[in-house]
Amino acid sequence: MKVLVTVKRVIDYNVKVRVKSDNSDVDLNNVKMAMNPFCEIAVEEAVRLKEAGIATEVVAVSLGSKVCQEQLRTALALGADRAILVESDEILESLTVAKLLQKVVDDEKPGLVIMGKQAIDTDNNQTGQMLGALTGFPQGAFASDVKVDGDKVQVIREVDGGLQTVSLTLPAIVTSDLRLNEPRYASLPNIMKAKKKPLDIKTPADLGVEVKSHTRLVKVSPPAERKAGIKVASVEALVDKLKNEAKVI
Amino acid sequence: MAILVIAEHDNSELKPATLNTVAAAAQMGGDLHVLVAGAGCQSVADAAAKIQGVSQVLLAEDACYEHQLAENISLLINELGKDYTHIVAAATTSAKNFMPRVAALLDVAQISEIIRVESADTFDRPIYAGNAIATVQSLDSIKVITVRTTGFDAAAAEGGSATVRAVSMLHNAATSAFVGAEIAKSDRPELTSAQVIISGGRGMGNGENFALIEKVADKLGAAVGASRAAVDAGFVPNDMQVGQTGKIVAPDLYIAVGISGAIQHLAGMKDSKVIVAINKDEEAPIFQVADYGLVADLFEAVPQLEQQL
Ligand SMILES: Cc1cc2nc3c(=O)[nH]c(=O)nc-3n(C[C@H](O)[C@H](O)[C@H](O)COP(=O)(O)OP(=O)(O)OC[C@H]3O[C@@H](n4cnc5c(N)ncnc54)[C@H](O)[C@@H]3O)c2cc1C
Repeated sequence: MKVLVTVKRVIDYNVKVRVKSDNSDVDLNNVKMAMNPFCEIAVEEAVRLKEAGIATEVVAVSLGSKVCQEQLRTALALGADRAILVESDEILESLTVAKLLQKVVDDEKPGLVIMGKQAIDTDNNQTGQMLGALTGFPQGAFASDVKVDGDKVQVIREVDGGLQTVSLTLPAIVTSDLRLNEPRYASLPNIMKAKKKPLDIKTPADLGVEVKSHTRLVKVSPPAERKAGIKVASVEALVDKLKNEAKVI
Repeated sequence: MAILVIAEHDNSELKPATLNTVAAAAQMGGDLHVLVAGAGCQSVADAAAKIQGVSQVLLAEDACYEHQLAENISLLINELGKDYTHIVAAATTSAKNFMPRVAALLDVAQISEIIRVESADTFDRPIYAGNAIATVQSLDSIKVITVRTTGFDAAAAEGGSATVRAVSMLHNAATSAFVGAEIAKSDRPELTSAQVIISGGRGMGNGENFALIEKVADKLGAAVGASRAAVDAGFVPNDMQVGQTGKIVAPDLYIAVGISGAIQHLAGMKDSKVIVAINKDEEAPIFQVADYGLVADLFEAVPQLEQQL
């Protein structure tokens, strides 16, 4: 079974983003970029499926500008066999990304598509589910455990009340949650080897998908700042403040 | 012009998140309908009919909707949704699962986790772990929206008298099946609707030590939350995680114990009215958002707190 895994280039999770002074967007100039943490988890899961002899090939896909090749090379260093970049300098909304991925799925015919549940830039949490609708594949979103068994995959999902287990008929889509696994680091020899692995480049036009905007970004503003608080010297002082000043207990 | 709100429920009870969602939908302007999809959920439909401002409740009952499987529910909402200007649901794990499928089936965008309604087509939503707020205008004729419930006061649960209409649309994709669930049972309030929350982080050291904050929670009628580090370490289950990628909360009082205050954690709780931090490291970033900070060893401070309440 072939496994397709998606990779998004985003701001490094340690960086606190700033809003541009003209409120047009956030400022990503000279900001450290990295693979979205949930995509790292997705890649790890795909590679583990290969190591377990369940996946025969792991194909990593990214969508965006040329620089996304960096994150694809990382995926290759982590164990993906080959990579595909759908290259575009335009803003790709989730629905467009899902449509492009649908075409890649049509070409590649994977048994399983593993994606991150959410990208930490837009915080949308939607592309995997959208791909599910477009392909008609069932989905195990927010997965903390994935077990392939014949023509089915059993997924444990992190839900508000606890955990839910579903059984999906393959081909299916899984989106990773934080507890799915702990991603490895790429070793230096593997980083070197990754440079020689195949990386194909396609455009939205090659795939026959029109890049369309369904939304308009009107402005981006900084969030309301909290007023600086005070330090209290003791538990007594804390309880007193909560009772008599904040009046919350 | 009518708006379809998707009810959040467990087949017996309507969840409070629905009330905040109705309040958000009311600001978009239009007749408000609520869809209750499930199995054996007449009582939920009856409760939804009483929500102030709702004019019609659609009740879709079938075994294939019982567990809110995204594959089936999305097909149902896709069919019903074509008659509406907005399809709105609370940003719970259930709706986050099926709503993007609905959007893709309708060939429209989903606007995720709105915190404000600027107009019928323009909404504010946090991005980058809440470090920026995007104002987004939808260019679609049908707007698919999830609502961050902490951004909206609840609509009144009583006072309405909507009609309940059964819809007999059957959509069983038959590609997924519910196997089981491990749902945490607790007498404490739910995290997302609690007035007071006390959360523990890696500083708690282990799961047993959470008993210290549970005792405080019992005195305050509080819910208990956790940081990702505490969940990853196996101290407590995943449903207790507060943050960018866990639950978003905004109680009157949030007490963070042994939590450093990473941006991903702050993203889930910084809209709380009053924040208290107990941490032995006076440099911990949590103190930058805390109204009251206590620099102390939690193993001394938390038992003292319990005694003094
Ligand atoms: C993609 C992604 C998503 C994430 N999502 C979330 C999320 O949703 N929610 C979340 O919380 N995190 C999330 N994180 C993780 C986040 O970055 C931090 O790693 C995490 O919040 C740290 O948890 P912590 O504060 O408990 O642990 P630490 O950062 O280790 O802090 C422990 C604190 O406890 C204090 N302490 C230790 N012992 C004591 C004592 N005896 N008395 C008093 N204080 C003590 C220490 O001084 C320290 O400040 C995410 C990270 C990533 C990459």
